[in-house]
Amino acid sequence: MSDPTIYAQHIRIWYGTPAGPVRAVDDVSFSIQNGEILGLVGESGSGKSTIGRGLLGLLPPGSVMDGELAFKGEDLLALDQKERFKRRGRDLAMIFQEPLTRLNPLMRVSEHFTETLRTHFPKISDAEVEKRSLDVLQVIGIPPSRWKAYPHEFSGGMRQRIMIALALVLRPAFVVADEPTTALDVLVEAQIIRILRDLAEQFDTALLLITHNLGIIAEACDRVAVMYAGKIVEIGDARDVFSDPQHPYTQELLRSTITLTTDGLHSIPGAPPDLIDPPSGCHFHPRCPKAMAHCAVAEPPVRNKRGGKPEPGTTDVACWINQLADVPEDARGPLERGEISVADEA
Amino acid sequence: MPTKPDIPIALDVQDLQVYFKLRGSGLSRLLGKEGGTVKAVDHVSLRLRRGEVLGLVGESGSGKTTLGRAILGLVPATGGAIEHTSGGESVDISKLRGRALREHRTKVQMIFQDPHAALNPAMTIATQVGHPLVIHQKLRGAELRERVVAALESVGLAPAEQFMGKYPSDLSGGQKQRAVIARSIILNPDVLVADEPVSMLDMSVRAKILQLMLDLKHKLGLTYVYITHDLATAKFFCDRVAIMYLGKVVEIGPTDEIFANPRHPYTQALLKAIPDVDPAKQVPRDLPRGEIPDAARPPRGCSFHPRCPLARAECGWEPRDLKALVEEHWTRVPVDEYEHEHAVVGGLRELNTDAKTVLVQPTRGGTVAEIFAMFTKIRDENPDEPLWSGVTRIEQTPDGVAFDFAEPAEIALHPAGSSEVACVRVNAQ
Ligand SMILES: Nc1ncnc2c1ncn2[C@@H]1O[C@H](COP(=O)(O)OP(=O)(O)O)[C@@H](O)[C@H]1O
Ligand SMILES: Nc1ncnc2c1ncn2[C@@H]1O[C@H](COP(=O)(O)OP(=O)(O)O)[C@@H](O)[C@H]1O
Ligand code: SF4
Ligand SMILES: [Mg+2]
Ligand SMILES: [Mg+2]
Repeated sequence: MSDPTIYAQHIRIWYGTPAGPVRAVDDVSFSIQNGEILGLVGESGSGKSTIGRGLLGLLPPGSVMDGELAFKGEDLLALDQKERFKRRGRDLAMIFQEPLTRLNPLMRVSEHFTETLRTHFPKISDAEVEKRSLDVLQVIGIPPSRWKAYPHEFSGGMRQRIMIALALVLRPAFVVADEPTTALDVLVEAQIIRILRDLAEQFDTALLLITHNLGIIAEACDRVAVMYAGKIVEIGDARDVFSDPQHPYTQELLRSTITLTTDGLHSIPGAPPDLIDPPSGCHFHPRCPKAMAHCAVAEPPVRNKRGGKPEPGTTDVACWINQLADVPEDARGPLERGEISVADEA
Repeated sequence: MPTKPDIPIALDVQDLQVYFKLRGSGLSRLLGKEGGTVKAVDHVSLRLRRGEVLGLVGESGSGKTTLGRAILGLVPATGGAIEHTSGGESVDISKLRGRALREHRTKVQMIFQDPHAALNPAMTIATQVGHPLVIHQKLRGAELRERVVAALESVGLAPAEQFMGKYPSDLSGGQKQRAVIARSIILNPDVLVADEPVSMLDMSVRAKILQLMLDLKHKLGLTYVYITHDLATAKFFCDRVAIMYLGKVVEIGPTDEIFANPRHPYTQALLKAIPDVDPAKQVPRDLPRGEIPDAARPPRGCSFHPRCPLARAECGWEPRDLKALVEEHWTRVPVDEYEHEHAVVGGLRELNTDAKTVLVQPTRGGTVAEIFAMFTKIRDENPDEPLWSGVTRIEQTPDGVAFDFAEPAEIALHPAGSSEVACVRVNAQ
C-alpha cells in the first residue's frame, strides 16, 4: 500500500500559558488515506481545532508540537517555516467555520481566487485563473455568472461554498474542515455536508472533518476519532464505532445526544478536566460509570477492540476494560470516589 | 394532557404582526440594498394553555426571536394582540406601555441563547440573579439574600454560597445558563420564553439544562415558549410545535402529530435534513435547493415555493425563480456553453422582480430565437421542474421572450388531521 496522505504518530501539542502548559493534544496517532474522510468529534475544549491547526502548521507562537507527522511519506515537522508555508494551500488547506470573516468584503470572488492562485503560481495567466476557478465553483454550485460578485451578494451557505472552492482550487491532497457548518441552518448544512463528501471522492482528497455533531460524522465520514481531554479514546470505522461503541466515553456521548428517537434525557456527570493538570490514569476516570480502581492510577494504552495491537482497519480503543487481562486482579473493582455535584459541572 | 380544553389559556397571540422598517444606511445603499420592510412576524396566531410547552421551530430569520421578544413587550407590535392571562386577569401585552409594561415583565420572562452575553461580566452572580428583585420589589438585605439563595439552589447551583460571589467568567457554560435561568424565575413568572437555551452548549450539557427546565416547569407551574432550530430537542421537550418560515407559521400541531405525520413540505424537509447518528437509518435525501430568501423581498404566494420539491402551479412562481433556474443550469453546463448563453441573455437583471409577466430581451449580440432555444433546452433538461407548471405562457415576441406566471393561491393555515397546515397542496387534499 502507498503512504497514507497523512500519517500522525504520538502527536503532542502544548500551549504555554501563565498558569502552566496546556496539554491540548496528548499523544494522538492516526492516519488518513486519499479520498477518505476522518471525522474528529468531541466536546469543546477537547483539542480538535488544535490538532487541525497543528497538522497545517498554524499553531500560535508559544505553542510546542512534537511527534511524527508525514504527508505522503514526507516528514513535515522537519521542514522549515518557509517550506511549510509553501505546502499550505497547495498541498494542505483549511476550511474555517465563519466564511464571512475570512472573505474580504472589498474583493470580488474573482479577486479572491486570483490572489490564492497567484500566491502559489505567480506566473499563472488571468485566463487560467478563471478557468481553474470556474471549474471548482461550478462543482460546488456557484454559477459562473457570479464570478465578479462581492461576498455580501451571497447567502451564508453560498459564502461557505466559496470558501470551500477557495481551499480546493489548488487541488490540495489534504484538507482540514473545522466545524464548517456550525454557523449554517440545517438544510444548508446538509447541502454542504453532501458537497464535502462528493468532493473527497471526486478529487481524491483526504479530509479531516472536525465537528461536535455526531450526526454529521455518521453521515459524512468513513472513519471517526473520538476525542476526550486531548486524547483520541476511540478510532475506527464510523459505522462500527456508532453501532458498537467500545469506549465508555463514546457510549456516554452517544447516549447523551438528543436525537429524534430520544425518549429520556441522559447526561454525563461532571465536566471535562482542566488540561493544565489533567486527571491521573485514564483522563475520563472521574466521570466514567465503568471505572475500576486501576483506571485512576494507570493510563490505558491504545489497543484494537479485541485487545491486540492496533492495525490498519481495526477499531482502536484506549480503555482498560478492553484489556482486562492487563489489569491486576485486585484493581478490577469499581473505583471509589466522591459525589460529583453541579458545582463541578459543565 | 396539557391540551385539554378545560385548562385555562395563558397566552393568546392573535394575528400578530411585527414589521421592521429598514431605513437603509448609506453603506447598505452603497452595497445595493434599499430600505424596505421586513415582516419578521407576519399574521401569527398561537394559543398556549397553562403548563404547556409550545415549540417555535425554524431556521434563522424565520421570526422566532422577534415573536419571543414581542411576547415580552421588547419590540412593539405592528398589529394584532398578545393576550396574557394570569390570576384570572387578562391584558393585551402589545398595548402596554411604561410602568404597566414593566410590571407585566415580572410575569413573563426570557432566557437567551448565549448565557455569556446575557450576564454582565463585571457583576457577581448574586447581584445579577437578585437584580430583578431589587428593581421590581425593592428588596434588600437578608430578604434579598434569602431569595437569591433559594433561586440558585433551585437551579442546581448549590451550595449557593459557593456561587454567589463568583463572576460569570468563573463559571462553565452550563453553570452560566443555570444562573440566567435563576434570574428569570426569581420574580415567580408564569410564562418563560426560552430562546435557543441549549444551542450554544455542548451535547453532554444540553440534557442537563433541559432536565432542569422540565423540573422547574413542574415545580413552579411554568408555561414555556421554547424557541429552537433543533427539531430533536423540540420533539422531546414540547407538547405542541409551530414550524415557522419567513415570519409565518406554516404548520402547527401536537408534537406527536407533527413528527409522526409532517404535512408541510418544509417540515418534511427539516426532518429529512437532520443528520442521523444511526448509520443504518441514513436514507438517500432529496433536499430542498437554495436558502432562505431575503426577508425584505419574500417570495410571492407560499414563501417556501422556490425551494419546495412538491410545489405546484399556484404556489407563487415569479420571474426571480426563473433567474435562479438559469443560474442553476449554468452550474452544470461547460463553461464555453455558459459563455455563449450569457452573451445572448446577459445578466438577466429583468428577472429580478416578482411581476406576473416578464420579457427577457436579447443583448446586442443575441437574438430572440437564441433566448427561446436556451429556455427550451433548460426546460427539456428537467420537464418535471415545478416552476414550469407555474408558467402559463412562453412566447417569442419581436422584442424578446415573454413569460406569464400563474396567479398564486391564497395561502393560510387550514386544519389537516390534528394539525393546521399552510400549503396549497395539503389543503387541496
Ligand atoms: N491559543 C491558546 N492558548 C492557550 N490555550 C489554548 C489556546 N487554544 C486552545 N487552547 C486550549 O486548548 C484546549 C483545546 O482547545 P481546542 O483545540 O480549541 O479544542 P476544541 O476545538 O475541541 O474545542 C482547550 O483547553 C483550550 O482552552
Ligand atoms: N431590530 C430589527 N431591525 C430590523 N430587522 C430585524 C430586527 N430584528 C430582526 N429583524 C429581522 O427580522 C427577521 C426575523 O428575525 P429573528 O426574529 O431574529 O428570526 P429568528 O430568531 O427566527 O432567527 C430577520 O429577517 C431579521 O433580519
Ligand atoms: S479506562 Fe477505565 S476510566 Fe477510562 S474509560 Fe475505560 S473504564 Fe472508564
Ligand atoms: Mg474547535
Ligand atoms: Mg433567533
